Amino acid sequence: MKYQARIFVTLRPSVLDPAGTAVQSALKQMDYHVDSVRIGKYVEIILDALDEAEASQKLNETCDKLLANPVIENYRFELAVIEEPKS
Amino acid sequence: MKFGILVFPGSNCDRDVASVTSGILKQPTRLIWHTDTDISDCDVIVVPGGFSYGDYLRCGAIARFAPVMRSLQEHATKGKYILGICNGFQILTESGLLQGALVRNRDLHFICDRAPLRVERDDLAFTQKYQKQQVITLPIAHGEGCYFADADILKELEDNNQVVFRYCDAIGNINDEANPNGSLENIAGICNKQGNVIGMMPHPERAAESILGGTDGKALFEGLVESLLVNA
Repeated sequence: MKYQARIFVTLRPSVLDPAGTAVQSALKQMDYHVDSVRIGKYVEIILDALDEAEASQKLNETCDKLLANPVIENYRFELAVIEEPKS
Repeated sequence: MKFGILVFPGSNCDRDVASVTSGILKQPTRLIWHTDTDISDCDVIVVPGGFSYGDYLRCGAIARFAPVMRSLQEHATKGKYILGICNGFQILTESGLLQGALVRNRDLHFICDRAPLRVERDDLAFTQKYQKQQVITLPIAHGEGCYFADADILKELEDNNQVVFRYCDAIGNINDEANPNGSLENIAGICNKQGNVIGMMPHPERAAESILGGTDGKALFEGLVESLLVNA
């Protein structure tokens, strides 16, 4: 099965996000008053896996090891089947 | 005794370090390409500053998986010395050799300046030529130098006396005004529990000869040479 994963890496709430704060103040100057802005990363990965469980396991490993730094970041992902195996 | 200096694609302070260890201190020094895996001939490994792998994803995140890094872990386990400077500090935190992380500077600017630092320990090989509480001035040059760790890790660092350098004012006061990048507890450099691995954002190698405007960094390298000679 071919899956597409949409991975969202976000700063942990305790980590300051000066870039988010700068964007918030720019929005304020544009007269958009928002409560908070936090900037994260979005990663798309396409991978082969037997089933959703295997795909999730692989993705958790890649996120834990490389895509996110657990000291400062959290992550979550969404999985979608993009290609059924040819029978 | 031999210094080894890791070189990743994008490292740019490797030769600066070599000019201190080889040029000024006349110690055997070799540059180690990131694909090399035998570093057993080296007593001190310096992980230099720069922008390894373009700082893609996070600073140091990709360098951490370079082939040489497994050997670096072994080097640390053996109790041999490792000095991470700037991007090298980021690589050491990403690889778990040091705790915490370096994130975007508080005020978003890339800072290129000279920063006064208070030396918090003088009992390490790296700092034995300084005095505790001495104020030294070293260049800093980073965009992601804001030290972050959660409360538990911070407490552990303080309890174990692992903070080696803090940003301070000209007379050694630690406060927000003297904190260039928002680092928690004004932390500029830390070591591991054993004291053989140290990471710091300031650049001692850029302050080792007076023609460069300062020599406060030279003593760090001299301390290393001295302790290796004693133990040889």
